[in-house]
Amino acid sequence: MATIHVDGQDYEVEQSDNLLHACLSLGLDIPYFCWHPAMGSVGACRQCAVKQYKDADDERGMLVMSCMAPVKDDAYISIDDEEAKTFRQTVIEWLMVNHPHDCPVCEEGGHCHLQDMTVMTGHDRRRYRFRKRTHRNQNLGPFIAHEMNRCITCYRCTRFYQDYAGGEDLGAFGAHDNVYFGRHQDGTLESEFSGNLTEVCPTGVFTDQTHSDHYTRKWDLQFAPSVCHQCASGCNISPGERYGDIRRIENRYNGDVNGYFLCDRGRFGYGYVNRDDRPTRPERHERTQATEAAATLLEIDDALDLAADGLRDAGGIIGIGSPRASLESNHRLRELVGVDNFSSGIEAGEWARLLRMQQLNRDTGLATPSLREIEQCDAILVLGEDLLQSAARVALSVRQAVRAKGVAMSEARDVPGWNAEAVKTIAQDAGYPLYLATPEASKLDAISAGTLRGAPDDIARLGFAVAHALDPTAPAVDALDEITATLAQRIADDLLAAERPLVIAGESLGSMQILEAAGNVARALHRRQKAQGALTLIRREANSVGLGLLGGESLDWALERLESGEAKGVVILENDLYVRLPAERIDRALAQASSVVVLDHQRTPTWARADIALPAGTFAESDGTLVSLEGRAQRFYQVFDPSYLRPDTRIRESWRWLHALAATLERQPMETVLLDDLTEAVAHSAPSFAPLAQNAPSALFRIHGLKLAREPHRYSGRTAMRANLDVNEPRAPVDVDTPFAFSMEGYSGYREPRREVAFAWAPGWNSPQAWNKFQDEVGGHLRAGDPGIRLFEAPAISGDYYREIPAAFTAREGEWQVVELPRLFGGEEMSRRAAPIQARMAPATIALNADDAERLGIVADDPVALSLDGATFTLPARFGAGLPRGVVGVSSGSAESLAAPTAVGGERWGRVSLGEANATGEAQP
Amino acid sequence: MSRILQSASERQADTHPLTWRLHDDESPVLFDEYRDKGGYAAVTKALTEHTYESLTEEVKTANLRGRGGAGFSAGMKWSLTVKGEDKPRGYVVCNADEMEPGTFKDRLLMEQQPHLLIEGMILAGFANRSKQGYIFLRGEYHLAAAAIQRALADARADGWLGANVRDSGWDFDIALHTGAGRYICGEETALINSLEGKRANPRSKPPFPGQSGAWGLPTVVNNVETLCNVPGIVNHGADWFQALSGDLSDDGGTKLYGVSGKVNKPGLWELPMGTTGREILDRAGGMRDGLTLKSWLPGGGSTGFLLPEHLDLALDFDTIGNTGSRMGTGLLTVVADNQSMVSLTRNLEEFFARESCGWCTPCRDGLPWSVKLLRALEAGEGEAGDIALLEQMASDLGPGKTFCAHAPGAAMPLASAIHYFRGEFERGVAHPQGKAHADPIPVGSV
Repeated sequence: MATIHVDGQDYEVEQSDNLLHACLSLGLDIPYFCWHPAMGSVGACRQCAVKQYKDADDERGMLVMSCMAPVKDDAYISIDDEEAKTFRQTVIEWLMVNHPHDCPVCEEGGHCHLQDMTVMTGHDRRRYRFRKRTHRNQNLGPFIAHEMNRCITCYRCTRFYQDYAGGEDLGAFGAHDNVYFGRHQDGTLESEFSGNLTEVCPTGVFTDQTHSDHYTRKWDLQFAPSVCHQCASGCNISPGERYGDIRRIENRYNGDVNGYFLCDRGRFGYGYVNRDDRPTRPERHERTQATEAAATLLEIDDALDLAADGLRDAGGIIGIGSPRASLESNHRLRELVGVDNFSSGIEAGEWARLLRMQQLNRDTGLATPSLREIEQCDAILVLGEDLLQSAARVALSVRQAVRAKGVAMSEARDVPGWNAEAVKTIAQDAGYPLYLATPEASKLDAISAGTLRGAPDDIARLGFAVAHALDPTAPAVDALDEITATLAQRIADDLLAAERPLVIAGESLGSMQILEAAGNVARALHRRQKAQGALTLIRREANSVGLGLLGGESLDWALERLESGEAKGVVILENDLYVRLPAERIDRALAQASSVVVLDHQRTPTWARADIALPAGTFAESDGTLVSLEGRAQRFYQVFDPSYLRPDTRIRESWRWLHALAATLERQPMETVLLDDLTEAVAHSAPSFAPLAQNAPSALFRIHGLKLAREPHRYSGRTAMRANLDVNEPRAPVDVDTPFAFSMEGYSGYREPRREVAFAWAPGWNSPQAWNKFQDEVGGHLRAGDPGIRLFEAPAISGDYYREIPAAFTAREGEWQVVELPRLFGGEEMSRRAAPIQARMAPATIALNADDAERLGIVADDPVALSLDGATFTLPARFGAGLPRGVVGVSSGSAESLAAPTAVGGERWGRVSLGEANATGEAQP
Repeated sequence: MSRILQSASERQADTHPLTWRLHDDESPVLFDEYRDKGGYAAVTKALTEHTYESLTEEVKTANLRGRGGAGFSAGMKWSLTVKGEDKPRGYVVCNADEMEPGTFKDRLLMEQQPHLLIEGMILAGFANRSKQGYIFLRGEYHLAAAAIQRALADARADGWLGANVRDSGWDFDIALHTGAGRYICGEETALINSLEGKRANPRSKPPFPGQSGAWGLPTVVNNVETLCNVPGIVNHGADWFQALSGDLSDDGGTKLYGVSGKVNKPGLWELPMGTTGREILDRAGGMRDGLTLKSWLPGGGSTGFLLPEHLDLALDFDTIGNTGSRMGTGLLTVVADNQSMVSLTRNLEEFFARESCGWCTPCRDGLPWSVKLLRALEAGEGEAGDIALLEQMASDLGPGKTFCAHAPGAAMPLASAIHYFRGEFERGVAHPQGKAHADPIPVGSV
């Protein structure tokens, strides 16, 4: 720690910081542009000038850029110094020379860092009287709108895009006052993280195109703290709603998890909430014609009565839960049907692997790291996961881990890690070692120290070989080829040399052997005194981990119960069974059921098969708890009440429907149920859930006696926004479940520490940089602690190495091993229903080894017919980069018919041929 | 204009180490002649008598100050460069991107005597344990490029470059890189970025190039003239070098001085460091007929204007620095009484605004605004407050406020022009006839 004297006040600050960081962390305001807490200092904008004095007696002092000035003990600085203030005003004046005065029509207005900083400096008069420089804008694809005239040339965009996120197609062009930030030509931005440009850009150059299509100012949006449902990473989001639609997703800062950044699937995949075809009323479907037209709309009570009657008549009932539904909803379903009758809704193979992953997180001795902790790992082995596709935000953290080598190299030379350009100069291409073993090449390969391209079994063998190289008591791999053996030794050496080695594997390739190999590596690391190492296991869906902890039976079990007639009634929670197992198998099972009740927020084939279908809320219309892949339980809060603006809607939280259905079934009067009751019930249901009781503030939580506001205090139009329905303004909806109010009334400040922040705002700070005010130190943790609570118990080591090592993969004649290749855009069920994602996603393909394709006479884009488990589907061909012979890769989420059983440890083999030219392509939702 | 105007008889080996071999007919000194006239003897001496440390020490003692304009001690720069048995070998880079307005001295040295530069670079490479040298040459210098390419080939053929230099067991080679025409590449870290194929933005210091330069390795960047002084120092010693300037200056050595502008004989002269502006102007034959000297720039566009009264000052780094200007490259640009200071300044600022890399705000957005204000003054369309605004800008573009020295360099002529010739600027503000320079200076005369 060091003492600095700022305008006559003494403060204790971190010696390793720069002055800007230190002062902002103290809550002092200094304007800045090019500096960013996650990207460090480059000294380009010259906005953060302060006066620094040699000592207490120095009265002249000199201007320094606070972002480039290291904290020195006993330093005397002044922010209020007249020369410093004038210079900062001058810098803003220069930045404004070419900046258009288009705030009223600019979509950044109201959450614009440039506006905030301009006001902060006091610059309010234009002296520049000449023509402004203008640029042409580019079409950057469905996510990002481009307005270069607003650019103040802070270089944050390219620094984020290239340095932080590894993108190559956005750069700086030109020179002097004609610098252009864009692509070499119009075209969709290729990065998986382009959406962060909208928050990184301090003004309106890069704005959210999906928001633009239904634009609302930040101050007119209603927000809630939420959690992204589009993968298992558990990123915190702040969705904004107006007129019953989600208008945009902004990052919600969580210092342990996503920090300042989201992936584009999470940010732009919200459109399924707004779809016109969403069910909003309960429906009764006639079995004879299960089409939408045949649906009868019901009122709530009728629907509940009919559903209860049907289930009662059916006799034995089972419940099928869902890894995309909350713990509370799944738990409520399990209570409804009884523990012995509950299925997780996950296909048996994946379910077994999920439970195995849970076991590995518990018994290999290595802890599961948060994303922040991943960024501190200094050697990483990834087995089987194409992270950019399967858990993109994790990939971004892995990239930061690799880059941290440059920071270490710089600090060894007394160049501080925050000095970003200096770190780049010193680091050049150096990085901590990252090894990637995947069937196909990925963009992360560019920063890897070594890669293996192989079939799942070969990837597993590499893992087993690494474990053996680490610890000779781990089983050895038979007949290992020389290249893999050498690679395994190199990986083992690097993992051993590291302070915090990290092993990553997961569900992508559906291989139990890969998970067991990763488990062996983790166990071997622990035996070699690397207990501070870490193990990350990627699950597929937002609440896969929660379901694993909750327990239950597989989906296959549920279908067998129906087919065998042991159960005649089934309640299906937010789960489209048709994406999990082949259609004819689902059809057969459901046909045996006498009563099928489905709760969901989308029209799916499963919804269509329901006798009674109940409209559930999405994450935006309900609250609950999800458990992310690091075992972090996080509550998401309802953003808006759908019935306020659309009185006809009967959308309810699934857990509320299930509570009501239970009461109706038991012919009991329905007692009020609150979210807290259910969360507490989950907490009591198993020891591993016990921490949930402390996870979130109860509905009674107040600050200064106030509920927490979902709307900024400038929220406008409440009296008018519903006037088309009724000139009398009804009472604002009451949120009985949480401490948040559907109102601008309530606490929205930053001074009182709180973990649950609907939107970041502080006086003078309207942009996302307002998060500064909520953090213990800028870029650190929220002062009240980062949201969420970890449910994985402290790691322990027990059990022994897995010893069943697969034989090396050999290509078969006339048959191909089919692996599913994860796809960030289009590979996830819900975001795939959002139009911007559909516009962005690469077409689904069948990837083939180039030699295989040549032998089959297939060229790129030819239709390829794949016959798998008796079904055949056709997709265009693509040559998979590095894909081994004898393996074909099918884009995930590309065809319902791919939903196929992967019996525990099983493999899928199919036949490939040149298909019909006009065969079915990708199914559109 | 890039010609030496001293006769061969004046240019003797012991007094004119940079130019004594040059031919009166300006034809290049080729390898054989260069060798015959003592060329590469310094390399032989260094390889046999010096260690890299002692050679660095020799240059440091000689107090050879950087001839690119900044005047930083070359020996000091070398001694701050990371080197040693256990250290990675880096690069020595010759900054030959001579784009300073009014400067044409390096061009002469490279076109007519490239071997002197190559010899200096080999010595610098030896002193810094470099593995490779680069000459970053201004792209327009195609004659120099050809001369250097030939000289490199000849030196390589005779074993002065390449693997195992003159059987010393030491490897060193030099490559020529021609620039694409950006003034900012004269800034050493921007030069390195450009050499690496990146945007020519200056880098953050620290790390200095001596710690982490080209491709992350220790890198020494020296100006052409600086490097050309090294063989003489090695051959004759630091004391000899110091004595070259006699009592004229604390700085040792000779300097290639020059003059451009409305003088009778613009050109170059190798003279002792500390020679006065008056002597140089005399050698240039004085002002052209009917003209009198109004002002002069001592060493390029990025130095401050001086007055005739400053002509008797010694032209060295410290003396000129004390006037508030800089010696810069030591090539004088003279301004005659019929030239407009406003137009001249506008012309310079246009250059600097155009050549800004666009990295930091004051330079990127301040300089173009100053140009527009100067154009307004030139057209008699200035407004009250414009001159104060220009003065404030000149101050806000000063050292410490910008990322590199480009904008402070641009601010120097601006601030000094207003300081010494405020009246000319004032005539551009709301002039009754709408003309800034109705009398006595014609508009737009640069």
